[in-house]
Amino acid sequence: MKKIILIVDDDVDYLFQMKLKVEHFGFEVVTADGQAEAEELIKTLKPDLAILDLMMENEDSGFILSYKLKNKYPELPVIITTAVTAETGMIFEHSSETDKNWIKADLFLDKGIRVDLLEKEIRKLLNL
Amino acid sequence: MSILKILIVDDEPGIRSGARRILSNFKVDYPFMDEPIEFEILEAATGEEAMIIVEENTPDIVLLDNKLPGALGIEVLEFIRKKQLDIVVVMITSYASLELAVKATREGAYDFIPKPFTPQELRSSIENITKHIFLKRTTQKLNTAGKQIRFQFLSILSHELKTPLNAIEGYLNIIKERQLGDDIKNYEQAIERSIERVKGMRGLILDMLDFTKIESGKSTDKIEFIDIIPILQISLDTIKPFAIQKDVNVYLNTKDSVYIDFDKSQLEIIFNNLLSNAVKYNVENGRVDIWIKKIGDNIEITFSDTGIGMEESDIEKLFVDFFRIKNHQTKNITGSGLGLSITKKIIDLYKGHIQVSSILKKGSNFVLTFPIKQS
Ligand SMILES: Nc1ncnc2c1ncn2[C@@H]1O[C@H](COP(=O)(O)OP(=O)(O)O)[C@@H](O)[C@H]1O
Ligand SMILES: [Mg+2]
Repeated sequence: MKKIILIVDDDVDYLFQMKLKVEHFGFEVVTADGQAEAEELIKTLKPDLAILDLMMENEDSGFILSYKLKNKYPELPVIITTAVTAETGMIFEHSSETDKNWIKADLFLDKGIRVDLLEKEIRKLLNL
Repeated sequence: MSILKILIVDDEPGIRSGARRILSNFKVDYPFMDEPIEFEILEAATGEEAMIIVEENTPDIVLLDNKLPGALGIEVLEFIRKKQLDIVVVMITSYASLELAVKATREGAYDFIPKPFTPQELRSSIENITKHIFLKRTTQKLNTAGKQIRFQFLSILSHELKTPLNAIEGYLNIIKERQLGDDIKNYEQAIERSIERVKGMRGLILDMLDFTKIESGKSTDKIEFIDIIPILQISLDTIKPFAIQKDVNVYLNTKDSVYIDFDKSQLEIIFNNLLSNAVKYNVENGRVDIWIKKIGDNIEITFSDTGIGMEESDIEKLFVDFFRIKNHQTKNITGSGLGLSITKKIIDLYKGHIQVSSILKKGSNFVLTFPIKQS
């Protein structure tokens, strides 16, 4: 059985391209175009890993979605992708256990990450 | 270093000193922040005392026991709301009274902590609140004028330019590597979307030029007493191909000359923006109606569309730089989010007004009012 990856992003082009890449890694991909659609989806779908954009409907949609996902599926690995780091210079990594607790994401990735690194990170989180 | 002030209101000294102990070395670190937030603890044993401290020290957070001798906790809460102080209130309650919970929430209580609470419960509540305060204040900061805005503006701008570039580059790589197979038909969407994103970027650059013109010049020195109709006609002609493509009909319901003091090119920018929005956020077979009326010393121009409409809460944010409504209907529509903020800036230059009313799935009305003569 192929592992199911949920990708959520409000940029249709990014979503399409990510889907293609991740499918190419050999996973099954389900997409949602925002927090609202994703929340609807996860009512019936249990993905094996989720990749969420940080800023969607709201500036912290990714956090909230991650929080809800983890509440429903505590073991589900969550990656939050963001373009914030490079452009705004905001520091963006969780260093302490406390951050991890309320941010509830396993990994933060820059949206411009190289394909091979992306694949490596996904496999690591899935213990493959 | 940032410090948030927490006022603990409880008549039991044990609770106050307990909370003080739990929070005294507590720090909240948020990934967006340069440095962790620490807490300064204030104490009050009665509601009356609490109100005095609230006025004198303006704490950021109030931990409020409801069962106090004298004034009740809920009265303190009301006091804070009436003064419209920017304070987050957490109720500490020993008994779960639904009635109190409802009332307190209506008065603006942010959270509830059960009593007795564990250190972990208190800390995690404070942590959530700190996060909430931080996000709220950051956004507020971004909305006030100043240099920060400049920086923010440029960083958003570079983000807005980079996003389409990434999308286009992504599609080009897909095509280059034949990721969708050998049939050229498979690439139609990739090409279509790339063209769309190029258009979006061009739009952004054009909006930027309008924006800087207004920001730098502030000039209304090319004001002439001009007829609105021909200017509107230019905008109508510009938008026509787009309207046909979207299957939207545009009607100009006033044909007689209407004169006003205005800089031609600025009036055109306003019309282009409102008209393009009315078409862009419309539905198939929709319509746009334009009326111009003279009311006393003012001219009123109305753009009315039968489009997707907006929610009340979004209307307030329309004139913020880069603001765009994100939902199902708008996700494939490109735009810079600058059009209406440019429009508003010009309107302000002429001491005009813009009023927006809208109903979701029904349509929107944008009503402009300008004095005929600029003194
Ligand atoms: N006539 C309209 N009907 C519905 N939504 C509108 C209308 N005009 C503007 N909007 C909303 O307001 C947002 C901001 O508009 P604007 O500043 O012109 O930016 P842009 O059109 O580039 O997105 C748009 O993204 C859209 O969501
Ligand atoms: Mg616009």
